[in-house]
Amino acid sequence: MLTLTTATYDAIVAHARRDHPDEACGVVAGPEGSDRPVRVIEMLNAARSPTFYEFDSADLLQLYKEMAANDEEPVVIYHSHTATEAYPSRTDISLASEPNAHYVLVSTREQDSVEFRSYRILDGVVTEEPVQVVAALD
Amino acid sequence: MAVEVKIPTILRTYTDGAKSVPGDGANLSALLDDLESRHTGLKSRLITDDGSLHRFVNIYVNDEDVRFTGSLDTALSDGDSVTILPAVAGGAA
Repeated sequence: MLTLTTATYDAIVAHARRDHPDEACGVVAGPEGSDRPVRVIEMLNAARSPTFYEFDSADLLQLYKEMAANDEEPVVIYHSHTATEAYPSRTDISLASEPNAHYVLVSTREQDSVEFRSYRILDGVVTEEPVQVVAALD
Repeated sequence: MAVEVKIPTILRTYTDGAKSVPGDGANLSALLDDLESRHTGLKSRLITDDGSLHRFVNIYVNDEDVRFTGSLDTALSDGDSVTILPAVAGGAA
C-alpha cells in the first residue's frame, strides 16, 4: 500500500494538471528504507511530450546526489498519462528501474475527475496497490 | 586509473549490495571490462549487443554525462568519480 498525505497527493495532481497535455513527472523522496514519501520534487519532462516523459540527464544526476546527501531515496516516482488510463504502459514497465519505488500514475484525460493509482513494477511484473491518503504521516 | 563507481539500487545485485565499488581503466570501456571481471553480468545491463551505451542508462564521469564526452571512449584519471544511473522515463506511448 502507498500511504501519502493530502498535501502530497494534491501537489502531484496539481503538477499533472498544470503540465497537461504534456506528461508531468517527478519524485517524492523520503528517508531511505522508511517508505515515507515526504518531499515532492517536480521534475522537468525533458521530452516535453504528451506520450513520453524522461528526466533530463543533468537534473537526474543532481536529484540523486541531493537524495544521497540527505540519506533519501525515491519513495514515489510519478508521471501522468494525459489521454489514456492511469495504468503502466509497456514503455513504463520496460523502463521501470527503481525496485523500491511506488510508481504513481495520474490520468488527466477527464477535466473534472482524476485517476490516481499506484503500482510496484519489478522485473516486468506490475502489481497494483491501494492508495491511502491521510492528513499526516505517522 | 583507479576510480570509484557509484552503483544504482537496481544493479546492486551484481555488487553484493555495495553502493559503490572500485574500478580501473584508461577509459570508460576499459573500466566496464574491469568491473565485469568481478561483477559478472553488470556490463550487459549497460551496453547493448552492438557495443554501444544503452539508450536508457546514463553514465557520468565527474558529473558530466559521457554522451557529451565521447561515450565509451571517455578518458579516465585517477580519483575520478563515475556514476551509473538508469534513466527515469516512460509514458503512454
